[in-house]
Amino acid sequence: MTTEPLHRNPERRPDRAALVIAAVLLVLAGIVAWDASRIGGVVQYARIGPQTVPYAIAICLAGLGLWTIVEALRGDFPEREPQEAMPVLWIVAGLLVQLLTIRFIGFSIATGVLFALVARAFGERRFWISIPFGIVLSIAVWVIFARGLSLTLPHGPLEDALMNLLRPRTTA
Amino acid sequence: MGTVDLLIQGLGVAIQPINLLYALIGVTLGTLVGVLPGIGPATTVALLLPVTYRLDPAGSLIMFAGIYYGGMYGGSTTSILLNTPGESASIVTALEGNKMAKAGRGGAALSTAAIGSFVAGLIATIALAFLAPWVVSFALAFGPREYFALMVLAFVTVSAAFGDSALRGLVSLFIGLTLGLVGIDLQTGQARLSFGVPDLLDGIEVTTLAVAMFAIGETLYVAAQGKRAPATVEPVKGSLWMNARDWARSWKPWLRGTVIGFPIGAMPAGGAEIGTFFSYALEKRLSKHKEEFGNGAIEGVAGPEAANNASAAGTLVPLLTLGLPTSATAAIMLAGFQQYGLQPGPLLFTSNPQLVWGLIASLLIANLMLVILNLPLVGLWVRLLTIPKHWLYAGILLFATLGTIGANPSVVELGMLLVFGLMGYALRVFHFPIAPVVVGLILGPMAEQQLRRALAISQGDVTVLVTSPIAATLLTLAALALIVPMILRARGRGQVLTQMAADSD
Repeated sequence: MTTEPLHRNPERRPDRAALVIAAVLLVLAGIVAWDASRIGGVVQYARIGPQTVPYAIAICLAGLGLWTIVEALRGDFPEREPQEAMPVLWIVAGLLVQLLTIRFIGFSIATGVLFALVARAFGERRFWISIPFGIVLSIAVWVIFARGLSLTLPHGPLEDALMNLLRPRTTA
Repeated sequence: MGTVDLLIQGLGVAIQPINLLYALIGVTLGTLVGVLPGIGPATTVALLLPVTYRLDPAGSLIMFAGIYYGGMYGGSTTSILLNTPGESASIVTALEGNKMAKAGRGGAALSTAAIGSFVAGLIATIALAFLAPWVVSFALAFGPREYFALMVLAFVTVSAAFGDSALRGLVSLFIGLTLGLVGIDLQTGQARLSFGVPDLLDGIEVTTLAVAMFAIGETLYVAAQGKRAPATVEPVKGSLWMNARDWARSWKPWLRGTVIGFPIGAMPAGGAEIGTFFSYALEKRLSKHKEEFGNGAIEGVAGPEAANNASAAGTLVPLLTLGLPTSATAAIMLAGFQQYGLQPGPLLFTSNPQLVWGLIASLLIANLMLVILNLPLVGLWVRLLTIPKHWLYAGILLFATLGTIGANPSVVELGMLLVFGLMGYALRVFHFPIAPVVVGLILGPMAEQQLRRALAISQGDVTVLVTSPIAATLLTLAALALIVPMILRARGRGQVLTQMAADSD
């Protein structure tokens, strides 16, 4: 990913996105330092305690933030490919749906929806195909991992129904 | 007991039928996942970690060894047939390998890659077996300050020494170090960067971070490119077997690649990529067929592939003997060890020799299995490459979330997966390397422990860090590894370093 030759920004305009990265680093440095300042109360035998390394990291983050500002102003950041926002949003939506619903509707349905939304991000619009496909695939994965490898995966109505269907045969 | 005895004992562990089965499952799954475009060995290992959750430590590590080698083999298949290398260490393979495939010599390219990987893996694993006890005896003399210095050196080589920008490498590293602070401080029990969220008290899981940054980040990045760059799979035409001329042109590059790759992996220098570039450059210089380079020279596949595998085995030297991960893959493997409460390092060799030598022996077996299995199965792997992109990435995300759900299906944990996935995407867009984040996360807390131990012994006197000759030498090397490349880049000689970017593993 980093092998293509870098195209320096010829106009040397300040790079807004890179300035945002610098700001993020400075804010992160602030958070780390603030959090470290709350640690205390422990009398330290040596001069080094749980807050020492966080402070050091905060200082380095701040330094890297300033360095990023310099590179941003000089236009030293490599050129970026134009990005499409919609596919990213579809995938984020899929992950959000999964993490919010998995406890209630179980692994297979939640993950099936994630599957379909990711496929949508890559151009598969036929939800009536992708959602059932995703759910069937997820059930297969659930059976292999939750039953076969005894991994605890959340179950919902679908998994319960499946287990009820299978139970008489497995106990017989 | 000598190394040979220990290795034979290890082979005794590795050829137990159940362990052979684990190794077989490992190489199969590893190849299966590794062959998928955009998935390198680090992602493969992170995605497949949940498969090993319920196994005993020995079985799990043996399966892991198989996954690791299988993932690397799969990566080279992808780069030869698809020209979108699944791992940065395969970029060089793609240069010549894809040209060979286009010219109808894909079979020979796959064969020389597979057999070269086997030869290199075999020699490098044996070298690992002989080098490890020696490093262990050396490492037993290491105190906290030497370990700390060693880790600082690893930080620099992984983040700033290679790649196109010291700044971006260091930013990635410090993001990882910051994430490593999250959770309960082991020495004092103080919560750091947890903001009162109970889920954060245990710290951030390396596997969650790795899966999110590699698998989800890569998926987001590929999706955001839209319809650009449609990659075409080259059908494997002609014979799979190499002819006499191919053999004659391949065997020396294999051996040279091994000799270049192994030491680079064994030093805390980060990444398998560097060796592949050296090997490619060397083969190009030595070749009698220079005109073929760029159009499908078999030496350009054989050498770098051997170097790639040899340095992958090499990275196990610092990992097993010092507990020092120098690549993202090694960082995830270290997390795999820690899940069983095992801490790789000199003590593991004495406390758990069966496990260590069983693992090393399994590498030999996995290597053999790969070369036997994969050439006949290449048609199957090719078919995997033709899965439509939308199903492929949907499936990748299914498996990416599976591990986290299996470990802890909480909203916070899955939320972290999402946030780190977006972070991985953003880092890719801005050309930040990913591996330093993962290495920083796992190695940061270890380095802090060593630093605090060293300073506790010296009662807070910082000069103790540089008064040991070993520590001072290592820190000097670290400083040189940071400063020299920066000077080179400033003088416009950075292209070589750019090419050696330690990227996805």
